[in-house]
Amino acid sequence: MRLTRSEHAAGWLFVLPAALLIVAFGLFPIGWALLLSFQSSDFVSPSKWVGLANYQLMWVDPVFWKSLKATFYYTFASVPLSVSFATLVALLLNEKIPGVSVWRTIYYLPAIISGVPVAMMWWWLFNPSYGLINGTLYDWFGAVGPRWLSDTHWVIPAFIIMSLWGFGGPMLIYLAAIQGVPTHLYESAELDGANVLQQIWNITLPSITPVIFFNGVMAIISSFQVFTNAFIITQGGPNYASYFYVLLIWNNAFTYIANMGYADGLSWVLFSIMLVFTWLAFRSSHAWVHYETDVPGEAK
Amino acid sequence: MAAEALQHPKTRPIELLQRRSIRHRLWVGSVTLLVASGSLFLLWPVYFMLITSLKTSGGAFILPIKWLPYIQYEPQWANYKEALEFMKWTVVYGNTLKVASLAMIGDVLSATFVAYGFARFRAPFRNTLFTMMLATLMIPFAVRLVPEYLSFARLGMIDTFWPLILPPWLGSAFNIFLLRQFFTTIPLAMDEAATIDGAGPLRILFQILVPQIRPALIVVAIGSFTFHWNDFLRPLLYLNLPANRTAAVALSFFSAVYGGTPFNLLMAAALVMLIPVLVLFFTLQRYYIQGVVISGVKG
Repeated sequence: MRLTRSEHAAGWLFVLPAALLIVAFGLFPIGWALLLSFQSSDFVSPSKWVGLANYQLMWVDPVFWKSLKATFYYTFASVPLSVSFATLVALLLNEKIPGVSVWRTIYYLPAIISGVPVAMMWWWLFNPSYGLINGTLYDWFGAVGPRWLSDTHWVIPAFIIMSLWGFGGPMLIYLAAIQGVPTHLYESAELDGANVLQQIWNITLPSITPVIFFNGVMAIISSFQVFTNAFIITQGGPNYASYFYVLLIWNNAFTYIANMGYADGLSWVLFSIMLVFTWLAFRSSHAWVHYETDVPGEAK
Repeated sequence: MAAEALQHPKTRPIELLQRRSIRHRLWVGSVTLLVASGSLFLLWPVYFMLITSLKTSGGAFILPIKWLPYIQYEPQWANYKEALEFMKWTVVYGNTLKVASLAMIGDVLSATFVAYGFARFRAPFRNTLFTMMLATLMIPFAVRLVPEYLSFARLGMIDTFWPLILPPWLGSAFNIFLLRQFFTTIPLAMDEAATIDGAGPLRILFQILVPQIRPALIVVAIGSFTFHWNDFLRPLLYLNLPANRTAAVALSFFSAVYGGTPFNLLMAAALVMLIPVLVLFFTLQRYYIQGVVISGVKG
């Protein structure tokens, strides 16, 4: 189909907002953030060029390291757990059990129930004496649970449990992927005498590895940026044990310190860390992600 | 079927089939049991919120936990009135509804137009633009936080709703990607037929394509409304005046003002905030799950 000049123009007109989007919320902010990270600016005095001083400050800032540790601990525990949890639930909800659409809706509900109300819910559930978790432990088993949110050792595990609540979205994507697995694969496996678990392990899971990979990368990206729950419930405490990285950026930029330059340096460090981990995930994917489409022209 | 039978001429012995069917029923039974008990696990916290919201301020702090309202204690429906009045709920919910609906309209309209452009028109650098747009998804919001704040501050938009409403009107990369995937599943022949009948691009979009991707549009609409309804960080950043507060921010100020945390009132206020999103979800639920499942397969 030959295109006329007016068709070109129409096409450009439709995608114009996307170009604005890229500039306004992509290139421009990250460029400006990089620029600001080499300056000292606090809203009051005029900003001045300080070179790498903001980055040098990070190196000797103990809070920066504590925050990095909390964020890494959280990410590396919560991502594998939530990815496998969502996959497991999707596998179960793919079975032909009675009332399956009702179960799917119930399991998707936590994805709808989110934000500040859920932060409040968790705050109350983790109450050391009267919350659902420790209250039930005490009522039913006579056990005294940990002090969760006010214990430096238990606060991150508590946040990891909270992160599992968000499994609904990925679960739905897994479910869609599982339903896309060609049924003839299962039929021939059945003829070969493979049981359900063998079928899941040898057919379903390998077939959905691209989607597991996608959800894994998304989970890494979002858990490096965890904010709302920590901001509302613990404010980063106790003793910086849950002082996640975005909290550090937020406090430097907008609360007591108002050091925009330092905050931008911090955010660029986070950006680089996330890029490295995304890159590592892509590198590792060749070993375990199975793509259905072959490269045309290549011999099998 | 016939071809399959030819390919696998060996038929299964009857006993094997029967044994398999008993094993199969056992399997279905145990999976159902597991799924059912798991769902109790999910609904339990929400139930706990509900019963807490109906207790007196002292009743929330009694062990063993009293699980049964009306039998173990008198439900305090007045908690809801007190919690809502404390939040200045007419103002707060008015603000949130305004922001969330305008942002949602922006998200849906812009994503529809841009996705249509990417799916149906060929223009120079279109694919480069599309890739770049997807790449913006990778930029953490933390990096954009300060520059965005400074930009809106320079535009004099602090303590207005514009910083929350304007960005969605430029579209969001995720929604554009989703809708583009849906547009590409519709045969191009339909557009061509309409063009021959004399329809312009806008008419083709609204009369032919949009009706066919309704489930996807509903996914975008619900997702967008939920996101903006629950959004906490940006309202907290851009809106300082109490008269401008959104529900999420007002909820977070609850305990700070009350001193000790009144968990019964807090749970009441939190549950109320969930209602609009739940209503929206349950009315459109059928389209929603269908839409996501389709997009997952195609994406």
